[in-house]
Formats: sequence, C-alpha cells, structure tokens
Amino acid sequence: MPLVKGGKITDDAFVHVADGAELPAGGSVLVSAARFLENPEALFARSGKVGVTWPNNRDVDDVVPYLDRLGAVALVFPTFRDGRAYSQARLLRERYLYRGELRATGQVLRDQFVFMLRAGFDAFEVKKPADAEAFAQTVRRYSVFYQPTGDGRLTALHRRMQLRHSESAGL
Amino acid sequence: MYTYDEIDRTLVNERVADFRDQVRRRLSGELTEDEFKMLRLQNGVYLQLHAYMFRVAIPYGTLSSKQLRRLAHVARRYDRGYGHFTTRQNIQFNWIKLAELPDALADLAEVGIHSMQTSGNNTRNVTSDQWAGVAPGEIEDPRIWSEILRQYTTLHPEFSFLPRKFKFAITASAHDRAAIKIHDIGLRLHKNEADETGFEVLVGGGLGRTPFIAKTIRPFVHGRDLLSYVEAIMRVYNQYGRRDNIYKARIKILVHELGIEKFATEVEEEWQQMRDGALKLDEEVVEDIRSRFFYPSYEKLPHMPEELRKAARDPKFEAWRTNSVFPHKAQGYAIVTISLKPVGGPPGDATADQMDAIADLADKYSFGEIRVGHEQNLALPHVARRDLPDLWKALDKLGLATPNVNLISDIIACPGLDYCSLANARSIPIAQELTRRFANHDIANLIGRLHINISGCINACGHHHVGHIGILGVEKNGEEVYQITIGGRADEQAELGTLIGPGVKFDEVADVIEDIVEAYLALRARPDELFIDTVKRLGVEPFRERVYATR
Repeated sequence: MPLVKGGKITDDAFVHVADGAELPAGGSVLVSAARFLENPEALFARSGKVGVTWPNNRDVDDVVPYLDRLGAVALVFPTFRDGRAYSQARLLRERYLYRGELRATGQVLRDQFVFMLRAGFDAFEVKKPADAEAFAQTVRRYSVFYQPTGDGRLTALHRRMQLRHSESAGL
Repeated sequence: MYTYDEIDRTLVNERVADFRDQVRRRLSGELTEDEFKMLRLQNGVYLQLHAYMFRVAIPYGTLSSKQLRRLAHVARRYDRGYGHFTTRQNIQFNWIKLAELPDALADLAEVGIHSMQTSGNNTRNVTSDQWAGVAPGEIEDPRIWSEILRQYTTLHPEFSFLPRKFKFAITASAHDRAAIKIHDIGLRLHKNEADETGFEVLVGGGLGRTPFIAKTIRPFVHGRDLLSYVEAIMRVYNQYGRRDNIYKARIKILVHELGIEKFATEVEEEWQQMRDGALKLDEEVVEDIRSRFFYPSYEKLPHMPEELRKAARDPKFEAWRTNSVFPHKAQGYAIVTISLKPVGGPPGDATADQMDAIADLADKYSFGEIRVGHEQNLALPHVARRDLPDLWKALDKLGLATPNVNLISDIIACPGLDYCSLANARSIPIAQELTRRFANHDIANLIGRLHINISGCINACGHHHVGHIGILGVEKNGEEVYQITIGGRADEQAELGTLIGPGVKFDEVADVIEDIVEAYLALRARPDELFIDTVKRLGVEPFRERVYATR
C-alpha cells in the first residue's frame, strides 16, 4: 500500500508493529492505541519515533496528553463510507493544535483526498497504486472552498470580502 | 433570486469535471460499482428499477425562468420529455443514461444549478418556504440564511460521510410551509427581545421507518452563530450516530436514544469550544449574500383592478382565483400556485413543454421567477393582480389551472413501484384514482382543506405519516397492502397520523378514502371545521368504525 506524503509517494519511515509482535530494536514504529496506552513511556524511551493508530470510535481526548511526543497519529477509515475520522482529524489539528504527521489509513481512495487534506491529514496510506500516482493531479481538482477549516485555505465568503474591498478601494 | 458569482460558478464547474472523471473511471472499470455507488449518490444519481434516476437540487425552491428552461432542455435531450418535482424541492429525471450524465450536469452548471448532495449520506438540499421573500408578515427572507447554509454544507470536508442523510429546512413565517419539524435540523427564524435575528433550532425530526417530530434543542441561536451551532450538532452526530444499522443511523435515533437533554448538553459542550472561531458570521458577510439576491421593483398597483372585477363574473376564473391565488406582501400583487396535480395525472410531474411555457409566463407575469414547494406544486411569486385573468387563461390552456390547491386531490406521492427500486407498492396509480374520484371541484371545495400523502414503502418519501390522510403501501404475502393513517400534519403543529386499522388491498383504497371523507362530512361540527380538526376533536374511532363496519 503506497504512502503519499508531502504530495508524493514516499517510503514509510514507520514500521507497523502488530499487537503482541516484538518491537524492533530501533527505528520508528506505529502501534495500536491499545498497545500504546498500555505503556507509553516504554515506547517513548526507545530510539526512533512513536506513531499510534487511533480507532475511529474512541475519543481523541485520550491521546491528547501525548501529542507533542508522538511522531505520527494514524486515523482509520474502516470503509470510505465511515467518516468519523474526519472529525477526529479536525479536532487534533484545530483544537489540540497537533502539528505532527496525521495519517489516513484504511480504505483511502482518490475521491477522498481533497476532503482529507482539508480536515488536516498530510499522509495517506492509499489503497490503490493508481490513486496514489494520481494524488498531485487529484488535489488540484478544486480551487473553491466554502468552509473554513484548519488548512488555512481562504473560504469563498472571505474571498468575496477581499474582492469587494479591493474593488471599493479602486484597485 | 440569488445570483452566482464567479466563485460559485467555478465550484460547480469543478464538480462537473470531477464527476465526469468519476464516470469515466467507472465505465473503464477502474472504479468498482461499490466504490462508484457512493460517488454517484453524492451527485444525485440512483440506480432505479429501469434506469438511472437523476435528482437535481432547487435550493430553497427558487428558480429563474432561464433555469426552468434548462431543466426542460434536460428532460427533452437526456430523458423522456418530463420531470418529477419532489417533496424536497428537487426535480427528478427517470430515464438518464450514465454516459450522458456529465453532459447533462454541464448544461445545468451553465445556469447555476447542480445535483450535488441530492442523495447519499451527507447534507442534502437546504429547503425553505416556497413563499419566502413574498409572504406577508415574514420576519425576513429565509433564503439568505438558506443560501449561507447551502454554501456551508456544499462539499463539507468533515460531513460528507455521515452515518446517514441529513436534511435542513428553514422557515421565517408563523405558518410553517417548509415542514421544518420533520427535518434533521429545522430552523425557525425569529427575533429576540433585543430585536436581533436568530433561530429556534429543532433537531431529530424525520419520517421513514421510525418517525419522529423534531424537538427544540435551543430556543434562540443568534444569526452570527448559526454555522458554528450547526457544526457542533453535526460533529456530535458524525461521531456518535449509529453506523451499525442503516435503519437506526439518522440523527433522530441518536437524539431519541440519548434523550434531547443529554444530546443538547453534548452539543453545547462542543459549541462552547468553537462558537467564537472561524464560523462566526460577520454582518458584512451576511450582507454580501443578501446583496446578491435580486428583488423585483414592484409598481404601486391597486388591490382590486378593473381587470379582476370584470373577470370575477366568470365562475371558472373565480374558482381558480379563490383556490390558487394567495396574498402577497406588496399591494396589488399575488402569489399564484400552479397545481401539478391534474385529474388522473401523476402528482408533481411536468412535461418539458409545460416547463418552457411556465418559464415564459414567469417572464411575462412574475419577474422571471418560479418557486417549487414541498407539496410538489410550482408557484409564480410576483404576479400583478391585474394580470391574473390573462395568466389564468394561459395556464388553463396548458392544463395547469386545476383549482385543487390544498384540496383532497392535491396529493403528495412518491414515485412508488412504477419507478423506485425500494418501493413495495404502487403510489402513482392510487393518487390517479383518487383524483378521478374527487374530480368534482364543488365536492372537493365542500370537503375543504385535506392533504393526502402516499408512500410506496416505509421510507416515507411521500411523507404519509404527516398527511391528514396518510397511505402507506407495503407488501404482504406478495400482494400490495395499504395502511391508512389519519390526523397527521406537517406544519407548525406537526403530528404523526394514527393508524385506523388493518391494511386494505389496492382496489379498496379509493373506497376507503371515500368512506373516511363521508364520515368526516357527517361528523364535522361546522362546515368550516377542517378534516384535521374533526379528527383531533373525535379521535380515530368513529372513522375506524365507518371504514371497517362493512369490511
């Protein structure tokens, strides 16, 4: 499953470690929320970054105390029809000001990319290689956005205000 | 009329290009049907019994003559020459070919209409009072706020994959014509003691398998906080709404299971953390949207012009005028409802030729504007009263002057088993038979206001629960059986109807309705006691007795 980060396909710096499997001696690891919460300090004591895969039916409040030490948070789309992780993503980015990698995992398909970017995701475990390759072109599909989110894009309402002010200023 | 600017046009065009690419990937096999299904639904495309069905949004029920002509063009060019207006201010085309859909969308985009989110588990078309902006006594034009909500909900990055569909309706009049109490979020515009505009917010209404009347979650939310408050509701719903069972996934079930107080607390907690954020609406922003609504400049005209006095001698004209013409906020003007319920016709259908002709009449008599109401009729919102006789003649020629608005043959019905893949029973033929039974306008007038609503399955697209008489078609042992309820209503006093007894067969439905009506005529206290009030006063028992005594 290709990982798209920074707009292009890249190698995954994180090793996915299943529950019960042994941790590698060093390097960055991505573990489940359950495993992470069992002993977060032991994980942070290792060399390498710690990432956690957070299920979409668990409040993000429980991960908030660790955000500044986490290398990645992966949010899950069990199917692309299940949109709970969009709310989790916006809360992490906009309310808890999480600045690390925010990864979308699960059934991540091309037609969700724009929504995900707007919700604050910046890394994508893309289901189909063709979708991953089409990433850069897909995210340029839209240039108009009606809602303010934490991604900083100017909304249509505010663009209109700017246009109006520049017109009235005779510019 | 709201006029799209370059920003709105760009978005709609981008959406068309996006969908064109999705259709291309489906046709080439890159997308599976399962993957494509959600994408097409987000663009109003259903796979029905015979073909794809295409649902186009008419936000808050306002159309320009140019837009209506373009809908006629789509009906003619891509469909079979007609369209069906729905109970949620949409129009449906029933025979569209998938490969041609992107072109149909592009044609519509040129006049600023689209099919975004007319189906799927997202926020649907925002509906409002079809008399918005012209009804006497309105607080203010609710379409300003409807348009703000339309923009806010369009391609929302957080709420495009909700547990289930999500519907908004707004009213600004004391009499609710938008059925806000049967919506996921209902908004009633009113003013607080400080004379500031805001909303009573209702939540958790909806029909379907488990009907609920919406409950008030907050009596007053200031206009500037509308979007943040709505976002708080939707965020709570997106996270906690049930996704394990499609029949329990609407917000009404969450509200019911948590209880309105607990749900309100959750929403309040969420809202307090974001109410002063980026969603706060400056007066300037609201003013900008308001400034792009076009309002006609009315002439100063007499209330009773000579033309009207003369025409009053024609009883046919008078029958139509007293039935289909309604008061307007401007003196000398009227709102004219165009009944799409001809005797023997399918409710809510209009041919391409009729749409073109109505567009012409709108240009001539209504400042180029047409409205669509949830009762599946159209309206011309700004007709000078002196033009009423000429307008009537023109409508009559087109078969569009049936004087049955709000009467027993003004039936709301879903497409039913004739088109819909979800249906268990036919709806349209029942409606057609009833319009024939009650074709005599003197009798219909004697009966007075009476709404019949028909759904061909439990999903309740015909809003049968809130019909004064509701008819629900179900399937029992391979046969169509119809359950009859009475006493429902969809207005500000919204209530769910009560079942009168065991279901009846297809052939018996019209007879049963006649029995109910005869019982009402015998039981009503005065000639002006409406059916719905008689049922309220007496309960269902006398009607039950009458219907089942001989069956």
